[in-house]
Amino acid sequence: MTAIPDRAPPRFRAGDLLGDERWRGLTIQALALAALGLLGWFLISNLVANLAALGKPIDFSFLWRRAGYDINQRLIPYTSDDPHWRAAVVGMLNTLLVAVLGCIAATIFGVIAGVLRLSRNWLVSLLMAAYVEGFRNVPLVLWIIVTFSVLVHATPAPAAFRGEEAEASMLFGLVAITNRGTYLPRPVWGDGSALLLLVVALSVVAVWVWRRLARRRQEETGQPLPVLWVSLAILLVPPALAFLALGRPLSFDVPAVRETGIANFQGGIAVLNSFMALWLALSLYTGAFIAEIVRAGILSVSRGQTEAAYALGLRPGRTMRLVILPQALRVIVPPLISQFLNLTKNSSLAIAVGYMDIRATLGGITINQTGREFEGMLLLAGFYLTVSLVISGLMNVYNRRVAIKER
Amino acid sequence: MRATMWGAAALIVAAGAASAQTLNDVRSRGVLNCGVNTGLTGFAEPDAQGVWQGFDVDICRAVAAAVLNDPMAVNFVPTTGQTRFTALSSGEIDLLARNSTWTFSRDTELRLDFVAVNYYDGQGFLVPRALGVASAQELDGATICIQTGTTTELNLADFFRVNNISYEPVPIANDDEGQQQYLAGACDVYTTDASGLASVRATFENPDDHVILPEIISKEPLGPVVRHGDNEWADLVRWVFYAMVAAEELGITQDNVAEMASAPGDNPEINRLLGTEDEYGTMIGLDAQWAVRVIEAVGNYGESFERHIGEGSPIGLARGLNAQWTDGGLIYAPPFR
Amino acid sequence: MSDTHARTVAFSRDTMLPPVPPPVRETGAVRWLRENLLGGPLNVALTVLSLVAIWWALSGFLPWAWRGIWDASSLTECRARRDELYGPGVPAACWAIIAERWPQLVFGFYPQSGYWRPPVALAVFLVAVMPVLFPSLPRRMLWLLPPAPFVIYWLLWGGSLWGPATVAAGFALGWGVWLLARRGGAGAGLALAAGVAAAALWWWWIAGPLAGTLARGVPLALQPVLSKDMGGFTLSFVIGLSAIVLSLPLGVLLALARRSEMPIISTVAVVYIEIIRGVPLIVWLFTAQLLLNYFLPRGTNFDLMLRVIIMVTLFAAAYLAEVIRGGLAALPKGQFEAADALGLGYWQSMRLVVLPQALKISIPGIVNTFIGLFKDTTLVAFIGMFDPIGLTGSIRATTAWNGIYWEPYVFIAIVFFVVCYAMSRYSIWLERRLEREHRPAT
Repeated sequence: MTAIPDRAPPRFRAGDLLGDERWRGLTIQALALAALGLLGWFLISNLVANLAALGKPIDFSFLWRRAGYDINQRLIPYTSDDPHWRAAVVGMLNTLLVAVLGCIAATIFGVIAGVLRLSRNWLVSLLMAAYVEGFRNVPLVLWIIVTFSVLVHATPAPAAFRGEEAEASMLFGLVAITNRGTYLPRPVWGDGSALLLLVVALSVVAVWVWRRLARRRQEETGQPLPVLWVSLAILLVPPALAFLALGRPLSFDVPAVRETGIANFQGGIAVLNSFMALWLALSLYTGAFIAEIVRAGILSVSRGQTEAAYALGLRPGRTMRLVILPQALRVIVPPLISQFLNLTKNSSLAIAVGYMDIRATLGGITINQTGREFEGMLLLAGFYLTVSLVISGLMNVYNRRVAIKER
Repeated sequence: MRATMWGAAALIVAAGAASAQTLNDVRSRGVLNCGVNTGLTGFAEPDAQGVWQGFDVDICRAVAAAVLNDPMAVNFVPTTGQTRFTALSSGEIDLLARNSTWTFSRDTELRLDFVAVNYYDGQGFLVPRALGVASAQELDGATICIQTGTTTELNLADFFRVNNISYEPVPIANDDEGQQQYLAGACDVYTTDASGLASVRATFENPDDHVILPEIISKEPLGPVVRHGDNEWADLVRWVFYAMVAAEELGITQDNVAEMASAPGDNPEINRLLGTEDEYGTMIGLDAQWAVRVIEAVGNYGESFERHIGEGSPIGLARGLNAQWTDGGLIYAPPFR
Repeated sequence: MSDTHARTVAFSRDTMLPPVPPPVRETGAVRWLRENLLGGPLNVALTVLSLVAIWWALSGFLPWAWRGIWDASSLTECRARRDELYGPGVPAACWAIIAERWPQLVFGFYPQSGYWRPPVALAVFLVAVMPVLFPSLPRRMLWLLPPAPFVIYWLLWGGSLWGPATVAAGFALGWGVWLLARRGGAGAGLALAAGVAAAALWWWWIAGPLAGTLARGVPLALQPVLSKDMGGFTLSFVIGLSAIVLSLPLGVLLALARRSEMPIISTVAVVYIEIIRGVPLIVWLFTAQLLLNYFLPRGTNFDLMLRVIIMVTLFAAAYLAEVIRGGLAALPKGQFEAADALGLGYWQSMRLVVLPQALKISIPGIVNTFIGLFKDTTLVAFIGMFDPIGLTGSIRATTAWNGIYWEPYVFIAIVFFVVCYAMSRYSIWLERRLEREHRPAT
């Protein structure tokens, strides 16, 4: 019998880099890093060489040159004399506008369709199923094009609003829906409107305080305070009084059709059909996906929860609000937010209807006029990436807040 | 058969490396990569069999006939207004024949070379007769459909600025979308090159309900484009085009070219063009028969024009500015000397 | 006993009453109507609203589609026929464009004599993936999978059969060498290197000449077709299917990398996935069209279709990685631990235990990703490729059909709907089945 001698700690050998568990991880990572570095160097050196050979080294100064083109939807002042960067900002805001409004509308469509699809009414659930399947299974581009054409064909031309015996009339005398776009009244802020806004802001704060108070009281004493009616009263009465007291500082600029020359609407806020089509198609399309998410969310809450809530004596409304929804939301929200992300990215399909989003201004006309495709695409990708990362960052925060605390 | 294998593995086609090599690349590839419009009536359109037809397409075919001895050896790359110049500068296509306007910045900043003008165009306005407008000056407040990614949107902005009248642009992606929006009344006015307006109007259900306003607000010299820096290739394309122009001026047609090229005639310029006298072809890297092949393939300038967009075609454009200089037009080939 | 009972009680029925049908309002159509359509005022209102909506949607469309004219050779002729049949101005579809141009919408500019090839290629693909998609089929059918891509390639692009065949033989050779090396006791890395080297040598030195010789000896060839001639739905299918198949291995690697404990590897995977997913596909397509050439050595020029397939593959890989990561996360931790306990190495445990299960759970997600991808192939129209939507533009550019609008879109929408709906039904069916399979385990 030979005693096993204490082994000296094994000497490091080159072979261990692959064979030894302790080192292998590091080796693989080092190799991967080196390979990535090489790939990156290869791509970037090619890029620099290619652009230099074409005589257009990377240069962002084109952003400060005169853009020279007009944009039909501007959230900030812009003329064709402004530089390209400003055109890019106009496009950026247009993208964000359609994305935000699209997310709101898609949620509304989706919740309605998702709930109605569970309805016992055969016709309603059939109709909702047709809506959901129809939108989910046909490419979005087609829906955008079709929506645009339907809007254009189904609405009257501005000329129809003209004259004594106009064929078309404005909704409530305020809103004109034409084949160019929808014209809404624009608020005009007169003297003292700052004060009015202040009153509105104070009302909102008061509502918030009241709700907190009611909640605390309910938690302490079990006595619910009337929240809805009181909130509505706080929200409406003081601003209305202030409005009258200040001598009606807020008026509306109602759009009107030009009576001479080419018929077109003037004044008010113009919501162009390209925007309407993109917004509607995006929100209907995304709404169809959200409907499925909502349906799955509601179905995921077991029936026992409802029954338990009823047994506790909660009325159906409260059952929904206090028991079902909080649980369903945990299932609904993460995929919902990824649908919001999709919608934001899909807004780049504005190209199909000529909506002037950032891809059309910076990524389209600017690139075309200046020939700076690399720089333009880089900025474009950077913009979308930032938006996506912000949204998914928010999602992570939410997920962490609602995660079931496992103990 | 290693080539087969590589084709199977990757479908990679190696194009030219150094800048002065386009001709060699085209030769070794055996096919010309030519950028055209995705579909513009009369200028470039694929028929039901996928064979491309049109006035711009003829330029591609002429170059292929001259270089490769086969007018069908063209790989047509459909390009949109947004992708065309990049496709050229990145080397995806050797030649761009897509009704592109020759402008200062495109020629310089975009690093392109416009070799000639094959169609003198100008931007015009198409309006419904019912609008009651007789001049572009009366378009105050109009909604105007324009194609994005073109010079038209810049011209439009300039025109309305200079005349201090207001308008609202409706950007649209391509020609057929533009027609549709205009017909549906989504815009009061459709603006694009006058040639395009004429062909659009010709296909309407009631063409007489629409008028093209007299104002032409811009100069739109359209022509084939090559990459900046390869002068040999630019020369070749330029003179292939001028061979078509000169052929019309000299009375050489698709029908009589074979006969005229069979023996030297009285006119020395015809002889030089058709290679029966001197070796002009070698100066642009081709053989003596190059121009004969071009004219056999697509005919002279006038024939190509007539066939695709002229008064005999459904589009029915008059020659106008595009008549030979001898007929009061601007089409003018430098001498073959 | 009933007799006794009958005597002690004053009255008792001694015969059964025949069953009476339920009241009218509780049966048949009436009951169905009451329960499903007219229960309560809210329900009535909803029903009426739905009827109005259906009427609104169909009253315009159906007559237009029904009156459709099928035989005409141009829009002008269509309009003339319509005026003759229904009077001027009556809305009537001109389906003649579909009748005349449907082969183009389906095949693009594919040579007419080869119209049978894309459908056969699709059939080969479907047969090959059947055993993956339907678990009840015999496992032996999985052997159809490896040769399928080569057959499909040959069918679509044509040329000599021996080209793809010798390339495939290289793969087989590499695999054989790897197997032999493993049997012979070589380490995993060494065996892999030997296999790759053998395949590379084969492709570099032998495959080309061999294919040439074989082609001269046994000329099995189809008419070669350039990828630019593929268009319409053929293009959509080629791009969509090749991207999803090619992105699968990359997606698996990315998913594993993202879960890896090595910080650099997982960071790289996360960055890649987030960048790809954060930017819309259309921007990536423009990148493929405008910029990819700039990133490669001067003078390299790819076929545009190949560039698009590469870009869409890279794009789909990021989405698939997330789907597969979901599959991995859904697997009970016990599976990983059991594999470790058996002494399996990382790749062994992945290959034998983890991935087969994770991928199986992920199939519905993969199919859904494919549905999205297939619909998104329509975006290639914006970079000048002739997918169905791009083709409508060029068809309308011809003088015969200039001015036609809705009909091609309706046709395209119907085809997309049928294909995508079928796939989504399949995916739902599979999901239910997987749920059933997993229930007893808990």
